[in-house]
Amino acid sequence: MKDYIIDIQHLSKSFGSKKVLDDINLYVRRGEFITLLGPSGCGKTTLLRMIAGFLQPDEGSILLDGKDIAGIPPHERPLNTVFQRYALFPHLDVYDNIAFGLKLKKTPEDEIDKRVRKVLKLVAMSDYEDRDVETLSGGQQQRIAIARAIVNQPKVLLLDEPLAALDLKMRKDMQIELKEMHRKLGITFIYVTHDQEEALTLSDTIVVINEGKIQQIGTPTDIYNEPVNAFVADFIGESNILKGKMLRDRRVAFIKHEFDCVDEGFGENVKVDVVVRPEDIYFTTDPAKCQFTAKVNSCVFKGVHYEMFVDTDTGYELMIQDYDPYPVGSEVMLYIDPDDIQVMKKERTENKYLGKVTGEGKVEFLGAEFECNTEGFENGEEVTVKIHFEKVDLLDHEDEAITTGHVEFILYMGDHYHLTIRTESGEKIWVDTNDIWDKNDFVGIKILPKDICLEKVVAANE
Amino acid sequence: MKGKKLLAKLYIGLVLVILYAPIIFIAVFSFTEAKSLGNWTGFSFNLYKNLFNGSMQNSSGLMSAVENTLLIALIASVVATLLGTVAAIGIYNLKGRKKDVMNFLNNIPMINPDIITGVSLFLLFVFLHISQGYTTVVLAHITFCTPYVVLNVMPKLSQLNPNIYEAALDLGATPMQALRKVLVPALRPGMISGFILSFTMSLDDFAVTFFTRGTIGLDTLSTYIYADARKGGLTPELKPLMTILFLLILVVLLVINIRQSKNLNKK
Repeated sequence: MKDYIIDIQHLSKSFGSKKVLDDINLYVRRGEFITLLGPSGCGKTTLLRMIAGFLQPDEGSILLDGKDIAGIPPHERPLNTVFQRYALFPHLDVYDNIAFGLKLKKTPEDEIDKRVRKVLKLVAMSDYEDRDVETLSGGQQQRIAIARAIVNQPKVLLLDEPLAALDLKMRKDMQIELKEMHRKLGITFIYVTHDQEEALTLSDTIVVINEGKIQQIGTPTDIYNEPVNAFVADFIGESNILKGKMLRDRRVAFIKHEFDCVDEGFGENVKVDVVVRPEDIYFTTDPAKCQFTAKVNSCVFKGVHYEMFVDTDTGYELMIQDYDPYPVGSEVMLYIDPDDIQVMKKERTENKYLGKVTGEGKVEFLGAEFECNTEGFENGEEVTVKIHFEKVDLLDHEDEAITTGHVEFILYMGDHYHLTIRTESGEKIWVDTNDIWDKNDFVGIKILPKDICLEKVVAANE
Repeated sequence: MKGKKLLAKLYIGLVLVILYAPIIFIAVFSFTEAKSLGNWTGFSFNLYKNLFNGSMQNSSGLMSAVENTLLIALIASVVATLLGTVAAIGIYNLKGRKKDVMNFLNNIPMINPDIITGVSLFLLFVFLHISQGYTTVVLAHITFCTPYVVLNVMPKLSQLNPNIYEAALDLGATPMQALRKVLVPALRPGMISGFILSFTMSLDDFAVTFFTRGTIGLDTLSTYIYADARKGGLTPELKPLMTILFLLILVVLLVINIRQSKNLNKK
């Protein structure tokens, strides 16, 4: 029998037509500090609210100690939540805020007193019991909110970005205190945040979520050192994400150079994405060690290290972090350890849609009608449409555009940007471009007829 | 410079005199015995005595009108406060367009002229065959008071931490307990101001009452005074009554203002 306190199975949730959580499977070990990490709108708070019982899942189930808690209302779940903006009761003082849950459970007066004083001591707020909560600072209010939750001795403590409203210094202090509290109490913590550094500092396990799907589950070091895809690599820490090709086992090519690596099993000559952390590119003066050369483009002091951008001899831009600065304009010799090259399977190699031929030289997909060569296809026939990432033109106006969209996600790949565009039809199109766009920019989308490739739909039963 | 300041002060003085002259006029003349308005026949408390010992003409009619007024105002404003608070919570939790529409619908009765509210309620009651009297007046007053409560509670809701209700559920409160122990206390200031506003609106309403009281001879203070004045001059004892009412409302307003400024100072 595995000791899972929470087991989430095939959980899905939609708001209107938008799927915010898609087939989430996740278990939480007893006593663990687990963090749900992702950008805003990724569904992490929705997941937490479903565990708390404020939202009902559309599909799937949440098991607490092996029992489905779907039908149990929030006030009967043995869980407590620390809310983002504290949500203290303004009409009650510190003591009564903390005693609120115990009083509802008809706990004897002296027991309440004992427990309230104990948690006040734990959160270092012992002298504040008579204070009006609105006279407290943000950090103090958050301590009271935590005290109010843990005084009920929940099986699981849910924390919804509890430190987001605090300033940086206070946040760092509270992180340490939270970690300490978790150790002392032995309660399972489920923590939601969009702050990757916070997640790395606090967690036993990190669950990276994006667009309603779990991207990766692992320990902080796993997630940092071995991101499974470009999103995780980009979201957690700084990284150089580059297009590469796995030549054979333990040998990979990127930035037009070949490197030894430790990855195997991708096959030969397979396109991959490669991640190299900026602190893993080393400077050397030994020509024998040098794998490639570059010219330093910029150098900025970041407090502990210097952050430099270099242009490689093959025309790629890389970010490097080092304790020693190298003057701008100088030629440097660089190398990367095989261990520090993280090779990832490519999630996609081209845009692919199901379209329909709507007439001679016309095909419909992405909710719009495009011109292309339809030779060999009948009118009304369903077809597979393929477009290479670099063949999509982005315009800053819609005059010549065939359809429009917004920039949703930007990934810098060393010598070009890989953009995710959300079209008006709600679908996505991926674009490789050298132009600089900002997130949420409005773009016109144009594709030349010769760049649209049609294929017969391969039926599943054939 | 000095001349300008003096002018400004004079102007304010003039405005205040125009505003308060009628009330002061009634208050001053409540302390004389003269039957006709504007005659000063020496200082006397007699009108006050008559008012309270019941020796004025139709004293019982006046007293029942006062009773009706207060009771109707009390019932209407209590019910309106409950209805309005629940409605405000409901509207607040609506999303987007629906919320705007409901807010708009809530505002219309407030800008609607009283006379139209009165006539349309009258027609509605007739149409529904509800015999007019005490009940219809109370219903009518609840109708026009409720939007004011919504209007007073809404800002308190917006100031509220949106998670506060969920926090109560999370700590083990049933939805009913969460409403009682957390939401209502947090909304109380808005509910109280909504209640007071409803109470005063109900107290001084004439048009709506006039159209919904039916023919059973139900009088509130405003309809009583109106009828009395039409019958051939205002009964002199009404002057002290109005003075007392004015002072009462003044005291209530002062108390509310002092309480509010105290609350502000505390924060």
